[in-house]
Amino acid sequence: MDDERAIVAHHGFGCSETIDLKLGAPLATAAAARSQPTSSRGLANRGTILQDAESRLKALFVDGLDGHAGAYRSFLQALTRHLRGYLRRRMPHYRDDVEDLVQEILLAVHNARHTWRPDEPLTAWLHAIARYKLMDFFRSHARREFLNDPLDDHADLLADSDDEPAQARHDIGKLLEELPDRQRLPIVHMKLEGLSVTETARLTGLSESAVKVGVHRGLKALAALIRGRR
Amino acid sequence: MKTDDLIGLLANQVTRVDRGAVSRRFAKALLLGALGSLILMSMVFGVRHDLGSVARTALFWAKLAYPLAIAVAAMLAVMRLGRPGARAGYTWALIALPFIAVWAAGVLVLDGAAPDARWPLVMGQTWSTCPFNILLLSVPTFPAVFWTVRSLAPTRLRLAGAVAGLLASSTATIVYCLHCPEMSPAFWSVWYAIGMLMPAGIGAWLGPKLLRW
Repeated sequence: MDDERAIVAHHGFGCSETIDLKLGAPLATAAAARSQPTSSRGLANRGTILQDAESRLKALFVDGLDGHAGAYRSFLQALTRHLRGYLRRRMPHYRDDVEDLVQEILLAVHNARHTWRPDEPLTAWLHAIARYKLMDFFRSHARREFLNDPLDDHADLLADSDDEPAQARHDIGKLLEELPDRQRLPIVHMKLEGLSVTETARLTGLSESAVKVGVHRGLKALAALIRGRR
Repeated sequence: MKTDDLIGLLANQVTRVDRGAVSRRFAKALLLGALGSLILMSMVFGVRHDLGSVARTALFWAKLAYPLAIAVAAMLAVMRLGRPGARAGYTWALIALPFIAVWAAGVLVLDGAAPDARWPLVMGQTWSTCPFNILLLSVPTFPAVFWTVRSLAPTRLRLAGAVAGLLASSTATIVYCLHCPEMSPAFWSVWYAIGMLMPAGIGAWLGPKLLRW
């Protein structure tokens, strides 16, 4: 059973928005595929679509890790659509918090991007982060949804897609102003104004490595601030 | 800030990820932590006087191999636990193996000993202090290991904390071997194990607080 689940999950990585994969559905479809031969071709077709989506997402992410901003941006945009769908379905009583959590997960994915290994499926990694943040959210809201949710599979992460942003309640731009200068200035110059490391170093009087460290630590501190506001 | 703006912020001038950084950080932290334990050990307990002669016996190296094997396994496990979605898999068996081997050796030693010699083989001279000495020597390694694990992204915080605690205590135990006069596997199988599991328990307790991200 475990193997089957793994196989279905593997095909489920890139599950596109046109497919309605409900909670716990991978197991059910696996069972259905066994008992009804007619549906197995549909499953195979879907598997191909999903794998395409996974490999597309992975290609963008890998380029992003190499420092290609454009590919990384496309990856984050695609991930955002999936996260919105994933979260809206899972926290119906907290619709107003969805966009905040989307932003928090994006920041978490960015801050943890060095922990992904090329031999691991990207969707499993993304799902583990999204799920961790969702559980953490429920824990801090101490509601029973936390107990209700434990069954889902990493295929579910890409099952829903939602392109419609809601209003975030906490403004990351304002939180940014709370950071100390040696973290805030590198982020403002490099990440908002798009200056290079060298230009930022010249402008701030920091060394180039201090600029890089400032960005890195600043984004981690920002994540902690967001978590504290929840 | 809108989500699109945040995406722009994250993607803008994104730097290349350094894949070796995690391993370097682990190596640095463990070396510094072990150095701290070594200084603490030589100040508080002192290196055993017969180290020169005992280092020529196989038993001494077997004793050293015990915490070393646990440290290596705990290191592998914590690296996996620190990566979202990765499975710990066979590393659990690797952690259990040294404990089982020493327990088996302890049983063999006791089995070959005369009945009235068995009790001293288990209790040794230092049973009442040994676990706490290991706990004390874990004081430098514990924060070093947690500092490193915090740079990863563990999603099971209690488990990651426990294994991080075990990594800290097994590293401290390697250092403690340079002092500890006990040479019976029956002794190690009980008191070393307790000494190493105490910081692991503390790690499990503190994990959700220290490792949250």
